Amino acid sequence: MATARLSTHRVVIVGAGPAGIRCAETLLAAGCKPILIDENRRDGGQIYRRQPEGFTRDYTTLYGTEAAKAKDLHQSFDRLRGLIDYRPDTLVWNLTPGQLCCVSQGKHSTVDYDALILCTGATDRLMPIEGWQLAGTYSLGGAQIALKSQAVSIGHRVVFMGSGPLLYLVASQYLKAGANVAAVLDTSPLGKRIGALPKLLARPGVLFTGMKLLAQLYRAKIPVHLGISPLQVLGDAQRGVSGVRVRTAEGKTLTVECDAVALGYHLRPETQLADLAGCRLRFDEASSQWWLATDEEGRTSVNGVYAAGDGSKIRGADAAEHAGRLVAMALLEDLHQPVDAGLRDEQRRALALMDQFRLGLAQAFPWPAEQAKALPDSAIVCRCEMISAGELRRTVSEKGACEVNRAKAFSRVGMGRCQGRYCSQAGAEVIAAAAGVNVQLVGRQRGQAPVKPLSMLTEEVSP
Amino acid sequence: MKGRFVRLAEQGRPTVKLTVDGTPIEALQGDTLMVALLTQGSALRQSEFDSGRRAGFCLMGACQDCWVWTRSGERLRACSNEVRDGLDIVTTQPEAIWPLHG
Repeated sequence: MATARLSTHRVVIVGAGPAGIRCAETLLAAGCKPILIDENRRDGGQIYRRQPEGFTRDYTTLYGTEAAKAKDLHQSFDRLRGLIDYRPDTLVWNLTPGQLCCVSQGKHSTVDYDALILCTGATDRLMPIEGWQLAGTYSLGGAQIALKSQAVSIGHRVVFMGSGPLLYLVASQYLKAGANVAAVLDTSPLGKRIGALPKLLARPGVLFTGMKLLAQLYRAKIPVHLGISPLQVLGDAQRGVSGVRVRTAEGKTLTVECDAVALGYHLRPETQLADLAGCRLRFDEASSQWWLATDEEGRTSVNGVYAAGDGSKIRGADAAEHAGRLVAMALLEDLHQPVDAGLRDEQRRALALMDQFRLGLAQAFPWPAEQAKALPDSAIVCRCEMISAGELRRTVSEKGACEVNRAKAFSRVGMGRCQGRYCSQAGAEVIAAAAGVNVQLVGRQRGQAPVKPLSMLTEEVSP
Repeated sequence: MKGRFVRLAEQGRPTVKLTVDGTPIEALQGDTLMVALLTQGSALRQSEFDSGRRAGFCLMGACQDCWVWTRSGERLRACSNEVRDGLDIVTTQPEAIWPLHG
């Protein structure tokens, strides 16, 4: 009886990264065959993104210290692939209760669900800097994808700027691959890292790996500056980036020549689909951003909608694998299926350590909210539509728009091609600073369908 | 600047011939359009809102800064579409531009 029910229950997972793959694997082992929808053409998500067919670099070259994990995840997926309903190259662009709207290769279709598990992942978290719209400025994650997925460097001479563990990881991967790394410029001062050590010791192995990466950069004599304040990406509109200018921790102005900048401050979750489903979000004080409100196992506030991985809470790829397994067990339990209590407790224990570690990371590499306040009026906040900090501030001072969505309506910040992915968090900080209130009080940009732009040429296909 | 992106490995792949703005170019099989264009040039497109050139930003299909078009008018994200023999790409939108900021 129970098995019959399980086999007719339509379970859809969105996202084939570490969370989605482990979730699908756990469900399949329990006799539930999920539909796994992924926007990418190949599995692995961003961090374990696979290189195209025909590329020959081995796992160690591609993934370094994470090689064993990447290989294990890819092999697990290869075993699953023929046994589940896998739909790559498919964007879920909207949803209504019980139904997803999808588009694949220019064709629109719908997919019905009884249970939905969102494993939508994250993108880079960005803070604008004067000149960041110039060609040659890339997100840090983008710089990593260029190398991992295409074996190219984003420039002839690359500066890595921002903060967070990814800054050192990508810089060291570039160095190892033979790219020219001009400098690593971190906004976080050394003191923050020392203060965060007790929490970071929750995962000593990961902490040690991070220190090794830093040692590699020092050994290669790459200039590494901590506690910098970014001032400007230099260059011109036609030729793009020609350098960066920062203020060092000692208060000196430092100019580094380069033709590419990789910029990023850790990650932000892709919560749009959960938002459209009506799931509650909550403000995470430690990272100062809005996350999905879920219980420990991944149940959202909406019945039948679940979430796991960085798309609900930024804890990294290892945590995503555990959360993917755990959320599958939560769904099975809700369907009155037996679950392996030992396996569940194992995931919980691992996640507890990772929660501690992520608090350490948030403390060691803080989101530089104060930069938004210091942005000159001329700096571009919305790089899609070239809207400046001054224009956004005027919507606060002249129109009294102290709420993110209202300020978006007046200024268009958050309305362009990226739909606020790269400007709305910094925009909220600019608004909060101009209004003199805490950033939590100015709200967050609401998700809107389509969650990514659709072509007018999209055809409807009858189911 | 000849090319913005620099190839560091995987250079033994077969070549693919395509056309960009009417000029024939060669790329390597498995290249994204972005890599094909930016290993030989410094930008992908013109911003609609200022005089700036654009060369993409996120490489993961989130920012939409890397749109190019086929000659028949189909819009493609250069970061997430691979080169194919005979592809005819244009880097200006096959419609009137929209000069919001003059």
